Amino acid sequence: MVCRAVVWIGAVALICCVSEAFAADISDSIKILQSVQPGGVGTAAGRSAIDSLAGAGTEAILPLLKGFKGSSPLAVNWLRNAFEEVVEAERKAGKTLPAETLEAFILDRTESPVARRLAYETLRAQAPEIEARLIPDMLLDPGPEFRRDAVARLIDEAGKADDAAAATPLFRKALAGAVHEDQVKKIAEALRANGETVDIQKHFGFLAKWMIVGPFDNKEEKGFAVAYTPETEAAEGRAPNTAAEYDGQLGKIQWKPLATEDDYGVVDIGKQIENFKGSLMYASTTWTSAKDQQVEIRLGTPNAWKLWVNGKLVFEREEYHRSSAMDQYKVPVSLKPGENVILFKICQNEQTQDWAQKYQFQLRVCDSTGSAVLPGLATAKNDRQTGESR
Amino acid sequence: MRLVLFSLCVLASLCAARQSVAADWRQFRGNDANSVAATESLPTELSGDTVAWKAPLPGRGLSGPIIVSDKVFVSASSGYSHDRLHVICIDAASGEQVWQRQFDATGRTMTHDKMCNATPTMASDGERVFAFYSSNDLICLDLSGKLQWFRGLGSEFPNASNSLGMSSSPIVIGTTVVVQVESDAEAFACGVDTVSGETKWQIERPRAANWTSPSMLPAIGDQPALALLQSSKGLTAVDPETGKIVWNFEKGASTIPSVTVSDGAIVIPSNGLTAIRSTGTAFEELWNASGMSPATSSPVVIGNTAFVMNSAGVLSAGDTKTGERLWQLRLRGSFSSTPISAGGYLYAFNEAGTAFVVKPEADKGIIVSELDLAETILCSPAAANGALYVRSDQTLFKLAKRP
Repeated sequence: MVCRAVVWIGAVALICCVSEAFAADISDSIKILQSVQPGGVGTAAGRSAIDSLAGAGTEAILPLLKGFKGSSPLAVNWLRNAFEEVVEAERKAGKTLPAETLEAFILDRTESPVARRLAYETLRAQAPEIEARLIPDMLLDPGPEFRRDAVARLIDEAGKADDAAAATPLFRKALAGAVHEDQVKKIAEALRANGETVDIQKHFGFLAKWMIVGPFDNKEEKGFAVAYTPETEAAEGRAPNTAAEYDGQLGKIQWKPLATEDDYGVVDIGKQIENFKGSLMYASTTWTSAKDQQVEIRLGTPNAWKLWVNGKLVFEREEYHRSSAMDQYKVPVSLKPGENVILFKICQNEQTQDWAQKYQFQLRVCDSTGSAVLPGLATAKNDRQTGESR
Repeated sequence: MRLVLFSLCVLASLCAARQSVAADWRQFRGNDANSVAATESLPTELSGDTVAWKAPLPGRGLSGPIIVSDKVFVSASSGYSHDRLHVICIDAASGEQVWQRQFDATGRTMTHDKMCNATPTMASDGERVFAFYSSNDLICLDLSGKLQWFRGLGSEFPNASNSLGMSSSPIVIGTTVVVQVESDAEAFACGVDTVSGETKWQIERPRAANWTSPSMLPAIGDQPALALLQSSKGLTAVDPETGKIVWNFEKGASTIPSVTVSDGAIVIPSNGLTAIRSTGTAFEELWNASGMSPATSSPVVIGNTAFVMNSAGVLSAGDTKTGERLWQLRLRGSFSSTPISAGGYLYAFNEAGTAFVVKPEADKGIIVSELDLAETILCSPAAANGALYVRSDQTLFKLAKRP
């Protein structure tokens, strides 16, 4: 009897040890994948780690998904491949994936949206009914793809409504979660057709009021590299001196206010001022932040440009007339509490083709989902959660 | 006797290995990047009966399929922003999906509506596949789908992008994946180690939008293989192992159709077509055909005849010795893809999805058969093991003779 007990205790201890070692292996392998660096650094270790994880079976599924949070985009791709290897092996072995664990992970909004979406699509392949059960509650999810699905269902429902009175609240609800241009466009058209007011500028967080000065010289595209006074002021951490007078391309110039009423915040220099060929302009505005925060400045322009935030050059791009679109560029920036100064340099070249005449930009402040971050204490999210209509 | 047997075995295995390579279609425009499947015998009478199978794809793509052994590999992109990158492996015999892997783009994904993130065609060294995207993500998987390495060239070089999209397809020469990443804002070419994913070399390139793909001049005698990099400035030959520039052709070239090589002649879309021959450390000009200007499709050269497609879908044949045009044949529609040559026939797919089999003769081209696949086709086809492969945004098609 004593002997049996000893054997039993020993067996349990062995299982515990093996299990702990197994968990440690999984954890170590995930850390290796998380530490893969650009330039191909760490890839040999990464390959071994995937081999190790692929052999771990379902035990590795949840730790792998949790590993996405805080990992670099590069590391996320390594983790994703390891996850897919594990899932494929389990399916080939005829095993069912742990549905409850996956669903709990999907519903945990503190986890990585990319990992949650991967878990969702993996589980949906096994249990298609989860789509109808989970998606309707994901209208304000941190994951843009979840939001898109939830919005699409509401648009569809509104489209089938008996009349405008029934459709309008559904479209309003859909708008609250919509972060993609095509869906917002569709919703706004439907609401406006029903006599509703929709503030698309505010919905997306476009900056509509600017001070602008120019033209400065950009003949032969040389002005892109020239630091005219507005940007030297910015580089010194000073706000643009809007009372100053500068030597411009065509004489003395001063800052002037310029606003846009375009739904998508397009400031059209070519139409609102003039399409000075071989010129450049500076546009400046301020954005009041309630706190230290990381946001994205997303912009679209067919012209060459530079962007400063609080005197720091955050990105520059010398490309002319290769198309323009909303959210063409996404620039992560840090904002400080209080007033933040945004300075934008936009350059026009001397191309003569019809398709090379645009001189415009649109710029907005949003979070990583594409949801507007509004200046001051108000946020788009707060507005939506309090049910305030636009 | 044993020695003889051993020698025969070695010879047989070498022949088998060579045969395996010859039967593959490992990169954009084939193993030698010249659109020629010299030993293939493909169906010439295309009809519904020659559609061996159709396999659904999870996303869009202008990338063509590649074939390694008995598997077909193709890339695709999906999602609202085309930031989902797919690599799909399909069994060549059955059309069944063997595996699919997904990744998230780390670079810019914006393209012209006609293009998409999965525009460059994949490449392979026979043991691994290399998928490249407009976002400049370069992904290496083994043939079972396991990640070997991932280079986010879009995030490593965030200004090397084009708002209309990037389309240059990588090629493999020896143990190097040669990639061109060229735009108005930043431009470079690099050689990436096929095994480690590390950069062997990187050279600056002319800062200008460029949609052409690198090509190769195979090793001839004691002259090693060269990578050929085309741009608006011309054509640069580099050592694929070191990136060292060997020579420069500086008379300008197109930024859409790419250079091709036939029997040592390097045929460049430059001033119509210009042919040169490498002498090792320099080059000599062979001929020019100023009236033979390809539009989007790259030129194809068979023997002494060069074929180009213009934007109106007119196929022109020209004499490479004299540069003179021999004949023209109007095919219907617009063409984004490059035709391939196999068994003395040309196979061309227009954007509307119609396949044309053309028999080129000395004084005319004859349309032998047509097949409407009824889906948009923008990729260049592949040929391997007696079959033709082509993809639309939704479907991968295999066309083959009925068994």
